[in-house]
Amino acid sequence: MEYEAVIGLETHVQLRTRTKMWCGCANEYGAEANSNVCPVCLGLPGVLPVPNAEALRKTALTGMLLNCDVPGFSKWDRKNYFYPDNPKNYQLTQLDFPSTIEGFVDFEFGEGTERVRINRAHLEEDVGKSTHFADHSGVDFNRAGVPLLEIVTEPDLTGADMAYEYLNALKAILEYGGVSDCDMEKGQVRCDVNISVRPIGQTELGEKIEIKNMNSFSGVRRAAGYEIERQIGVLREGGTLVQETRRWDDAVGITESMRTKEDAHDYRYFPDPDLMPHTPSEEWLAEVRASVMELPLARKRRLMADFQLPASDAEVFVGDAALGDYFEVAAKDAKNPKAVANWVMNNLQAKLVETGGSVADVKFEASAIGELVGLIEGGQINSKIAQDVFVEMFESGKSPAAIIEEKGLSQVSDSGELEAFCNEAIEANPGPAEDFRNGKETALNFLKGQVMKASRGKANPQMVGDLLKKILGS
Amino acid sequence: MPHTLTISQLTDKLTQGELTSRDATQSCLDRIAAVDGQLNAFLSHDPADALAQADAADAARAAGETKPLLGVPIAMKDVIAVNGHPLNCASKILGDFNSPYDATVTQKLRDAGAVVFGRVNMDEFAMGSSTENSAFGPARNPWDTDCIPGGSSGGSAVAVAADECIASLGSDTGGSIRQPAALCGCVGLKPTYGRVSRYGLVAFASSLDQIGPITKDVRDAATLLGVIAGEDKRDSTNVPEPVPDYTAALTGDIKGLKIGLPKEYQVEGLDPEVKTATESAVAELEKQGAEVVEISLPHTEYAIATYYIIATAEASANLARFEGVRYGARVDGASPEQMNRATRGAGFGEEVKRRIILGTHVLSSGYYDAYYLRAQKVRTLIRQDFLNAFEQVDLIASPTTPTPAFKIGEKSDDPLQMYLSDIFTISCNLAGLCGISVPCGFSNDGLPIGLQLLGQPFGEPDLLRAAHAYEQATDWHTKRPNFN
Repeated sequence: MEYEAVIGLETHVQLRTRTKMWCGCANEYGAEANSNVCPVCLGLPGVLPVPNAEALRKTALTGMLLNCDVPGFSKWDRKNYFYPDNPKNYQLTQLDFPSTIEGFVDFEFGEGTERVRINRAHLEEDVGKSTHFADHSGVDFNRAGVPLLEIVTEPDLTGADMAYEYLNALKAILEYGGVSDCDMEKGQVRCDVNISVRPIGQTELGEKIEIKNMNSFSGVRRAAGYEIERQIGVLREGGTLVQETRRWDDAVGITESMRTKEDAHDYRYFPDPDLMPHTPSEEWLAEVRASVMELPLARKRRLMADFQLPASDAEVFVGDAALGDYFEVAAKDAKNPKAVANWVMNNLQAKLVETGGSVADVKFEASAIGELVGLIEGGQINSKIAQDVFVEMFESGKSPAAIIEEKGLSQVSDSGELEAFCNEAIEANPGPAEDFRNGKETALNFLKGQVMKASRGKANPQMVGDLLKKILGS
Repeated sequence: MPHTLTISQLTDKLTQGELTSRDATQSCLDRIAAVDGQLNAFLSHDPADALAQADAADAARAAGETKPLLGVPIAMKDVIAVNGHPLNCASKILGDFNSPYDATVTQKLRDAGAVVFGRVNMDEFAMGSSTENSAFGPARNPWDTDCIPGGSSGGSAVAVAADECIASLGSDTGGSIRQPAALCGCVGLKPTYGRVSRYGLVAFASSLDQIGPITKDVRDAATLLGVIAGEDKRDSTNVPEPVPDYTAALTGDIKGLKIGLPKEYQVEGLDPEVKTATESAVAELEKQGAEVVEISLPHTEYAIATYYIIATAEASANLARFEGVRYGARVDGASPEQMNRATRGAGFGEEVKRRIILGTHVLSSGYYDAYYLRAQKVRTLIRQDFLNAFEQVDLIASPTTPTPAFKIGEKSDDPLQMYLSDIFTISCNLAGLCGISVPCGFSNDGLPIGLQLLGQPFGEPDLLRAAHAYEQATDWHTKRPNFN
């Protein structure tokens, strides 16, 4: 019997906000332990939460980016459980009326595009972080109360690689939207993976096994791959699977049982009486909607269609949105957008790395790159001179035409003038000239180099080659 | 004897320079030293801090400042946060915890110039009707020290009734201001839900709790409410309704005011003396031109059950934070779970544990729909009862409590009987109304009896006007316990 896997993901993403979800403490990673805390996020007696408007806005924006509905009513619930990192011993979350519902993410997988449905993206609060020492434990509450978005898919994923690609696509969307930095190193993204297997052709789902608290996408891929094999193995050997929660041991590369359904928590959810429901107005929703930007996959496709870029170039511009925006301005009226792309990705990028600047710091107009490419294409300068012109553009911000004019760098395409250079070179280097005549093709390059040198690089290399051949062949 | 004065009397004397805030504060401190050993109204107080505030108030007055409570000593229920002072909620579990911040009401009192002093006794975490549930011993009723003072704001009422302060703040979740005020012969006002910020009030039941004043007369209640009411961005359930001048509502004129008497409040167990006293009070209101009609609140019989489901459910979560990890008393254990169990087992009293268990149960998987969800639906019906009634009447009158104060220990083994003593006060919180208790007589044993008036949401001006008009025609509020 053949089996197939069914996977659903719950991805927790820290929102990028200035302050925490319910108080004015900084939402900042890496500060000294318990320095970004106040009575509210420490759960001191008597405090009350006040929702962070920026977090609400970014949640709605995320919903829109994930093609979700943003209902006119959402509310907060208390999820009750005791843990030392949980200051109130209940976590504020959204149980039955989440901020956003029912969307989807399209992403590239293999040769085609896949769609995973999003059940919901709801807002909750992060908890503190426990550290265990030799004889005691400590809790850092800097993270407690940081806004956390939980993005829940439908069980639409069918394999470990597909889950991995979905996560990458999700991360790209969230980064694009400025919703989260998605920095895995800082624990800003954590995943719970729900996996079951079933015989192909069976419609009902198998027993769901949850792998909790994965903190890397590659870990998710490995754990899911392992778990699918394990579950199929159990079934093939005639065993049965029970609904349970498992832990991924990354070092050993296996999953281990944490708890079964029987000892699952009863979280005793109920509506939080300290917070009013969130009922966004039409105006507010319209304002958020106005900030919706093009998604990475859509942009990639558009760059490929509008500028005839290969997928790899388009991906570079999608991956670095600011560079992509710059490219689009530079290539707007360019006849050869691919050449513009090369200049942006290679020369400009190299200069920016060298100077540690960003595209915002570039002194010349983006359109100047298109102009430079036009000058090369039109034969006004050769590509070597163009390199020098570019360096000058980067330093002074002057237009390429102005630099060429100023420095007299215009390419020499006058055949009379070029012929003189060629004859000089042949006369000065009889050996190589003879070699060429005797069929040694590479000797021509040497002579060409001499002509370029004599013309201080301004000679049109194509014409020089043709002229040399003509003189030596006659 | 400045400690016997009302806010308005003291303010007059301070303004006229007959007294200083230091005189008044010292007078209260002396009174506490003299009588509180027998009453146990104060869990703690800091005389040096109180006098420093009094001196600051006197200096401010000398510099020409005028503020509504400048130099007036106000005592605080031990459930309201005051920066740098203990916040125990009359429980052992908070250990030596001092609040590192001020509640919004504390800040508002300070802004109004008050001398904020003392931590007054209460039922642990405001759970109770007698102040017997205090981990620091019961407070005693100054009218008969063998009797309970009511609760949960028992200490707030005792401190006012025994003139240990000029006025106090309490909190009311199901009657916890009105009931002790009635049993101690004071005025107690529970504002409309959302009228006063709850920031800094340690939550018992978040959807029911409100802070309010306990005072020596209705005018003081109006003054104090005017200070503590108002918008607070730190409390999302606070309603940004403008705060009127409540003392301006005290016109003495209640002609045409319509007062409803709920027929469902003719309950078994209503003490005949209480019945007579409140009927006379209603007759007095009628005499002054109010129109009295019978009304119906059909869901009254479900109020106590509804209350004990919703309040305990919220409390079970609200009190989860007390486990010794970050603050308060801690009993060590081999694991976090064992530490929780040991700390909470040792730190909470009987009644608090009973309510946490009840609240945990009603939220449990499989019981939620039958208890919590149904209680929320009934709560909506109870609120609707009142809103319907307020289509016909301006105020609703009833006894505040079914009986005068009972003896300490009399009901402590019978929690259900104790819960029934809140029968007239509890619906007001479920429906989000405002309510007041004013003295309206004494039992043959010399124990005070209170008249309760209920008003519609944000109907405090009418409520205060009627209570004040009644008070003007009677002298119950001027009586003081013969206690020394």
